[in-house]
Amino acid sequence: MSDTDGVLVIGACQAGIQLACSLREYGYPDPITVVGAERHAPYQRPPLSKAVLHGETTPGALALRSEAFYADHGIALALGERITRVDRSTGVAHALSGRAFAFGRLALAVGARPRRLPVPGADLGGVLYLRDADDALALKHALANAGHVVVIGGGFIGLEVAASARRLGHRVTVALLEDRLLGRAVGEATSAFFHGAHTRRGVQVHLGVQPVQFYGDDRGNVRGVELSDGRHITADLVVVGIGAVPRTELAEQLGLDISNGIVVDAHGVTSDGTTVAAGDCVACPPPVDLPDLPARIRFESVNTAIEQAKVAAATIAGRPVPYRVVPWFWSDQFNLKLQVAGLSSGHDRYVLRGDPEMEKFAVLYYAGERLIAGDFVNRPADFLAVKAALAGGRTISPAAATDVAVPLKKLVLT
Amino acid sequence: MPKVTYVSDEGEVRVVDSAVGDSVMQTAVRNGVPGIVGECGGVLSCATCHVFVDEALLDRLPPMTDLEDEMLDGTVVDRCPNSRLSCQLKMSDELGDLRVTTPEAQE
Repeated sequence: MSDTDGVLVIGACQAGIQLACSLREYGYPDPITVVGAERHAPYQRPPLSKAVLHGETTPGALALRSEAFYADHGIALALGERITRVDRSTGVAHALSGRAFAFGRLALAVGARPRRLPVPGADLGGVLYLRDADDALALKHALANAGHVVVIGGGFIGLEVAASARRLGHRVTVALLEDRLLGRAVGEATSAFFHGAHTRRGVQVHLGVQPVQFYGDDRGNVRGVELSDGRHITADLVVVGIGAVPRTELAEQLGLDISNGIVVDAHGVTSDGTTVAAGDCVACPPPVDLPDLPARIRFESVNTAIEQAKVAAATIAGRPVPYRVVPWFWSDQFNLKLQVAGLSSGHDRYVLRGDPEMEKFAVLYYAGERLIAGDFVNRPADFLAVKAALAGGRTISPAAATDVAVPLKKLVLT
Repeated sequence: MPKVTYVSDEGEVRVVDSAVGDSVMQTAVRNGVPGIVGECGGVLSCATCHVFVDEALLDRLPPMTDLEDEMLDGTVVDRCPNSRLSCQLKMSDELGDLRVTTPEAQE
């Protein structure tokens, strides 16, 4: 192992590619190799549950960077190589294929895998998960012949797939264990809105239930689901979206601390003091100062992947900056654009701006007088105003915020 | 193959060949043109691909949707009459070459 072997980034994903690009931007001079298990050129994932299923785009059109970019920036890609073993003493990572990759410094952007449903029949044909481009292509293919689509899970993946399937004209049922939709991501008012919005568009939603078993036909294809409330529903296609589990196997081999993700400090550094990590695989200190937040949070969003990757790259390049951002994310379902800024979990009150009945509203969350987060449905200018206010540590008077005649941007207190 | 000319706020010029069907944002990001971020990938969620379009070309552009119009109200550098979000400008042979100036900041 020597420093001049450069950086090996494991994971050719949003975080991994950003990390490599940022290393070059910050002047890192040594070799950079990004190794990824998938054969596709590194691509954006968010459209996989939306535009790809609608047929508006294909995974091939979602490349993060051009081939020329990688060549021009001295970033070597090794695609279709799954790293299974990392030997720290020799500084070599070994792929399933037998290929070996020498490294001076290691960056883990290994991501997460879909959480599996451990119930009888879950291995039947037509029970699908959605994580990568091949999953999306398989799901798109299966959707072409599906009459009734059953979605297990009421998070972003589940609801985006439900919306896509409904738009394609399928019968759609969503079943989830939790008592509200999007419970990890938005407040109760926004959850209730999405429940109503999906129902109005013909999606059946069953809360507080989970599959007990799937049953199939004699060809091994799923035909129905038995739910925990005793209900049986037919299904030609089941999509399971019940969360993701961080891929921590390599971190375990390296003896790194793991706690619902690879533990990193505010600079993206793992417990060995040298390996960095970024993206869905990471449990990091909260990037904002708020009361009642857990010691570490694991995010699954584009913004987190990008910003943590920049932080990790800055650390390696010797110009460290801590991970301090306003987390944000979005979801597109039917004609509904949801945008969320900040972390609302510690709020003690909220105000509603606009009318959920009109499908155009915002929920602003406060801790005392301090604005801490917002959920926005079809109110993009409000979202941007709040994101900017939070980034600048500014607030908006809760009383004034309810007046939709005044742009929120004008109400930010300096 | 249509070309996009990107001019930075400091006057630096980059000319990039664009694939037909790619947006001005995608063309910039994939080729490492600074000044355009495009964090959301082109779905009108982040407003970090704001550009000022060469005035002479404005009429040739596709019309703005309400969503793009609203997002432009929240860009980091205030909008001008020739502001567009470059993820909404898809390159085509009919549209031909474009020239855009990027703002001082996107986020």
